[in-house]
Amino acid sequence: MQNLTKGFFKENAVFVLLLGLCPTLAVTSSAVNGLGMGLATTFVLIMSNMAISLIKDLIPDKVRIPSFIVVIASFVTIVDLSMSAYSPDLHAALGIFIPLIVVNCIVLGRAEAYASKNNVFNSLIDGLSIGLGFAFALTLLGSIRELLGAGAIFGINIPIFPVDQSNAPITMLMFILAPGGFIVLGYLIALINKIRNV
Amino acid sequence: MAKKESTFPNMLITLLVITFASATSLGYVYELTKEPIAQAKLNKKIEAIKQVVPTFDNNPNDEMYEVAMDNGFILELYPAKMQDSLVGTAVKTFTKNGFSGEIWLMVGFTPDGSIIDVSVLEHKETPGLGTKMAEPTFKDQFKIKNPTSYKLSVKKDGGDVDAITAATISSRAFCDAVDRAHKALLKGDNQ
Repeated sequence: MQNLTKGFFKENAVFVLLLGLCPTLAVTSSAVNGLGMGLATTFVLIMSNMAISLIKDLIPDKVRIPSFIVVIASFVTIVDLSMSAYSPDLHAALGIFIPLIVVNCIVLGRAEAYASKNNVFNSLIDGLSIGLGFAFALTLLGSIRELLGAGAIFGINIPIFPVDQSNAPITMLMFILAPGGFIVLGYLIALINKIRNV
Repeated sequence: MAKKESTFPNMLITLLVITFASATSLGYVYELTKEPIAQAKLNKKIEAIKQVVPTFDNNPNDEMYEVAMDNGFILELYPAKMQDSLVGTAVKTFTKNGFSGEIWLMVGFTPDGSIIDVSVLEHKETPGLGTKMAEPTFKDQFKIKNPTSYKLSVKKDGGDVDAITAATISSRAFCDAVDRAHKALLKGDNQ
């Protein structure tokens, strides 16, 4: 149980371990993008964790990193192809960051630190936990940025801003751009740290 | 089970087996998704054509013809027909003058060369500024305009187009792409 919940809070990849920040900041301009990226990464994490814990005893130590990378890259390419086939819009929005999951240090980190030392079931739970924690962090970040920057969450308008003559809300555009990503992430990390230390 | 020794044959065999397994599964997934990916791309194109020309009953994608422009670029033109008479032509056009990267548009023309509508296919402009080019407030000003009399450049440059506030570069690029589409259409007619 503790294994399952650790990814959300105690070892949250984004808020606590500060891993994988490049896709985190780049794709979270809206809640949908954050969720899509999070779920894609979760899938890769679960599959690669399971595969690696299955074959861990067959891999000589000296070639374990290249072997892990090949396994991870295969799953990422599968996600990339499936997304462009079945949800082309989301695929277009996430763009280059889907193939870049390969070099996301969370995935290789879990493979090296956890899956290569534990059994298949525990690795599955670990992948699920860390992955969903990552998805949760990205969705939260995306929701806040979308709310402040576009006046909506998941594309549903939330009227918290005054409107101009043409009835369009006057929003804080900066939050959709790069600086807003850093600001929101900074405040979230501070908040999570505060709660953790109580 | 004990870990395998890192001897040369062991390492070689392990890597060979892993890369082979990975290549096989990827080949399989590629074959599986090839069809849906092509279908999704085609749907997107047809959808964009539908937005910019009147109702048609032919398949514009099958009757597509290409027009080579002076500077070596090739544009794709999709004729839309209703009972075999031309009701409009959709031109897939682009510009390299965007604020960040290329902008791809689909521009619909009536047979006499007036713009029906424009739809934005692809762009990487600044969110909230350049992205406004896809909104009706900006792109609707091109409707029912004939580029032979309507000057396709922003007012700042002496043209007839109202630029987007704080996104003059994107607006200029948009005009450039529409202008290119119109030139391709005229050239295609003369061929």
